[in-house]
Order: sequence, then C-alpha cells, then structure tokens
Amino acid sequence: MGFFTDTSICIGCKACEVACKEWNQLEGNPPEFRDSFDNTGQLDAQNWRHVQFIEQVPDNNGVVFQPTPIAGGQAWLMMSDVCKHCQNASCLEVCPTNAIVRTEFDTVFIQQDVCNGCRNCISACPYGVIGFNEKTGTVHKCTLCYDRLQLNKMPACAQACPTESIRFGYLDDLQKAADARLAALQKSGFAKAQLYGRDASVYGGLNAFFLLMDKPEAYNLPSKESAKLPDRNNTAGYAAGVLTAAAALVAGVFSFRGRRMAQREAGTEAAGNDQ
Amino acid sequence: MIDHFVRAPAWEWWILLYFFCAGIAGGAYALGAMLRFWGSPRDEGIARAAFITSFIALIFCPIFLTVDLGQPIRFWHMLFDTGAGGLVFKFWSPMSIGSWALLLFGLFSFVSFLVALASGGQLRAADPLARWLRGRAGDVWTAIGMILGLFIAGYTGVLLSVSNQPVWSDTWMLGGLFLASGLSGAAAVLILLARRGRGDTDTAVALSDADRWFVIIEAVLIVLFVVTVAAAGWLASLLGPVLLLLWLLVIVGIAAPIVSHSRRMTFEPRVAAALTLLGVLALRAVVIFSAQL
Repeated sequence: MGFFTDTSICIGCKACEVACKEWNQLEGNPPEFRDSFDNTGQLDAQNWRHVQFIEQVPDNNGVVFQPTPIAGGQAWLMMSDVCKHCQNASCLEVCPTNAIVRTEFDTVFIQQDVCNGCRNCISACPYGVIGFNEKTGTVHKCTLCYDRLQLNKMPACAQACPTESIRFGYLDDLQKAADARLAALQKSGFAKAQLYGRDASVYGGLNAFFLLMDKPEAYNLPSKESAKLPDRNNTAGYAAGVLTAAAALVAGVFSFRGRRMAQREAGTEAAGNDQ
Repeated sequence: MIDHFVRAPAWEWWILLYFFCAGIAGGAYALGAMLRFWGSPRDEGIARAAFITSFIALIFCPIFLTVDLGQPIRFWHMLFDTGAGGLVFKFWSPMSIGSWALLLFGLFSFVSFLVALASGGQLRAADPLARWLRGRAGDVWTAIGMILGLFIAGYTGVLLSVSNQPVWSDTWMLGGLFLASGLSGAAAVLILLARRGRGDTDTAVALSDADRWFVIIEAVLIVLFVVTVAAAGWLASLLGPVLLLLWLLVIVGIAAPIVSHSRRMTFEPRVAAALTLLGVLALRAVVIFSAQL
C-alpha cells in the first residue's frame, strides 16, 4: 500500500497536516512565524505531514512583483511531504535495535516500545523525515496510519485532502494513475513534470511517491544521483580502518622491536669491547 | 555536488566524549599488546599501565552512550530484539556491530586489567588468572583483545560515514582517521604516565617514536578526508569560525610529537603529549560538529 502525491493539484490548504495531527494526537510544535506561508517548517516528531510552500516569485529590493506565469503557475510550488516508506529504507537498514520494521502493508513502522532513542535512523534518513521526541525519548514519523489500515480505513491525510492530491491505495493502481497524469501534464506543455520514486531508481522505489512540477532538488528531495543508502560506505570505511591498523602495527614493529634489536646489538658490542 | 536534505541526529557532547574514550581505550590496549609482543622486558611497566588505562577509559564508554540515549533504561535493546525476540546483530549496521564489540572488548579489557594489576602485585586475588594467561594463552588473549581494541578505536568513524549526513557520508576516511588519532592519543596518555627513573623513560622514547608514525598516518588521512569532502562539494562545512579554531588545535596536536624531537626545537615530551591529547579531542569535535552546526 502507499501514497501517490500529485503536487500539481496541491492547493496548500494543510488539511492533511491537520487531519494527521488530529488522528495521531500530535501536539504540534509551538507557533513559529517564518517568512513564508509555510509555518510548519519541516517534517519531525510532531509533523508527519508537511505542506511545503516553495516560492519562486521574483523579488526586487523587497518589492514583490506579481508572479510571472511560468508554464502554468510554477512560480509557487506546493507539496505535501511525508515519509516515503522506501523499499530500501535507510532508517530500517541502520536501526540497531530492530525497532524499525516493515509491516504487513509493506510500510515502514517504528515500534515505540522497542526504540531506545539512539537516533541512528535520523542520521541515515535522506529525507530528514524522522524526528526525536524529548517527551517519549524515542523517534517518530508517519506510520501511514497503521492503526487505520488495520481497520480497513484510509490514512487520515488522504481522506482529508480536498483535491485528491494525496491518493492512497495499492501501488500498482497508484502507479498507473500517476503515469496517466504525467502523460496528460506533459501533453499540456508541462515539460518539467516528472515522477519521483515511482520506479526503483530511488531507494528501490518509494511507497509514497510524487508527481513533481520541477526537479526534485526544488522540493528538497535528493536527486537520483544523490539518493544513496548509508551502507555504501561500509566496505570502504572498514577497509580504510584495516589499512590504517596495518600501518600502525608496522609502526609499532619499527618503534618497539627495532629499538629492542638496537639495544641488543649495543649490548653485544659492549660485551665484545669488554672482552 | 551531492545533495543532503537531512536532519542532524543531535549527537553532541556525550558522543564526543565517547569517541574520545573509545579511541584511548582501544588505542591503549593495542599499544600495550605491541609493547608486550615487540618490546623489551623493560617495557612491561608501561604495558601494564596501558592495559589499566584501556579499562579505565572503557568504563566511561557505555556510561556516555547510555546517557545519550533517549530511553537510557533500554540500552540493552542494542543486544536483544525485544520486538521479535532473540539477539539482534546486524553486521551492516556499525552501531549494532559496535555494541557487540564494546561488550566483547569490555571482557578482554577487564581481564587484561586484572592480570596487569596482579602482575604488578596490586591484586593478589587475580594471581590465578595471571598464571593462566601466561605464555601462549596470554599471547592469544592479548592478540584478540588488540584486534578488538583497534576496532573500537576506529569503528566510530565508520559509524558516522554509514549515514546520509553531509561531510560524514561524503568520505570513507573517518574509520582510519579515528583509529590513527586514537592510537596517537593513547601513546600520549602513556607518555604522560611514564615515570622517570623507573626504567620507563626508555619506553616513553619508544612511544614517542611510535606516536610520530601515528600522527604522520593521521595527517595523511586528514588530507584525504578534506579532499573527499571537498570533492562532494561540502568543504565549507569544515571551515566555520569555531571549526577553524578546532582545526588549529588538531594541527598543533599533530605537529607537537614531530616538533618535540626535531633538532631545532626540543621541548618537554609531556607537553607534546598533552597537546596531542587536546588535538585528538579537537579532531573528533570538528568531525562531529561539522555536520551538525
């Protein structure tokens, strides 16, 4: 199961954020006013859905001009961001306690009674999704409404979305819908429109994938080239350690054994001189 | 340039202290083993001090790690899978391997600590253990402990690299770098512990020789670290004002053991050792905070 988020029809109403907080009983962070309509800021332990407002409006000495229509309203991008429930999930890979598991719905879930708050998953998540909750001492993120799925209910955010920008369902169905929508947009002249995470090119495929109106980096998503698993550095990292250890042992032999041999030779010479 | 849109894990002061103590604990054990294998009988005093230092430094490691957890009481979840049951061991996760390695190294370090005390006549109760670990059995024990010690000193760097954080994941030099730096720091501690007039002076000179090699290796790895991070486009993260000050300490710490024995500038080896220790701490601080400032 998964999400298909079509950013081309997101209107930034934040109904998804509210529904998510309501259902999951998230307190939310203290209000913070930023230089944007985006006053949520980021995904974290209290925000499992985050509507990004990416403003590409020309600005000149503080005087904001009317946005120039760029290929049908691309001057202001909006995207309801969420945990991607990656097929090859970095967080699940590094979690040392097995607190992060893949569920029967093929989603990525953090078991709160197992997590010990080491925060290794935060270090590994390439999307900055997971947040640490000081009150619980554990990490949190979108569960894809695991409890609702068990009751055959749709995740709260998808149910609340008024434009069906967030769609929930079986991945096969969502992928077909996404392909059709992309084709329609491209036919209408939206050359930059693209799917992100629809295929295996990003972390083996994302169970929450997106239709974007610009390159992924514009939405704070790593490009396909940058989307790599943490274990890419395992072999080389340990190899560098082994080579260093070997060099250090050679240094030890030179410094300690070499000196002992020199002392022995000096002792032998001294004994020879005495004779 | 490699994109990173991540959140910092907030691994800060406790982790810095853990990385420092792990480097000293692992490095000291390895140096004790080297002195025992390749040194002369006169080095035995410092070798014993190395094993004692290793264990004392190691005591702090699980404490710092546990305090840093969000749920410290669940520290044992690192070893036991409380969800599915049984032991949890993920060889591809450095934190998982590190947890087991710390436990195993703790055993080796503790036993070597007891043997070192018994050999020095400070703990008679451990005499049977010391007798049992004499000869070949002791060599095997020390060799395994040395491998574990080298691992403990270096794996912390690999742990940082196996992530998606800027700087940390843009290089694979950190394991080697932390190992070389840990050995250098441990040599510095042992030089500081060496007592004049008890035959230790000669060992301290040998340790200074070894330390010069370690800092040379460390310097090479630092260059490779900076080059790899620069190639990924994140050099600026290493050059903040506070970090530049820390880099200065790192450079002084590396230069001190080399300069202390040069013909032009000779100064007290203990001063050089103290500066080296400061550099070891500064290096870890640079690496840890470069991705999180």
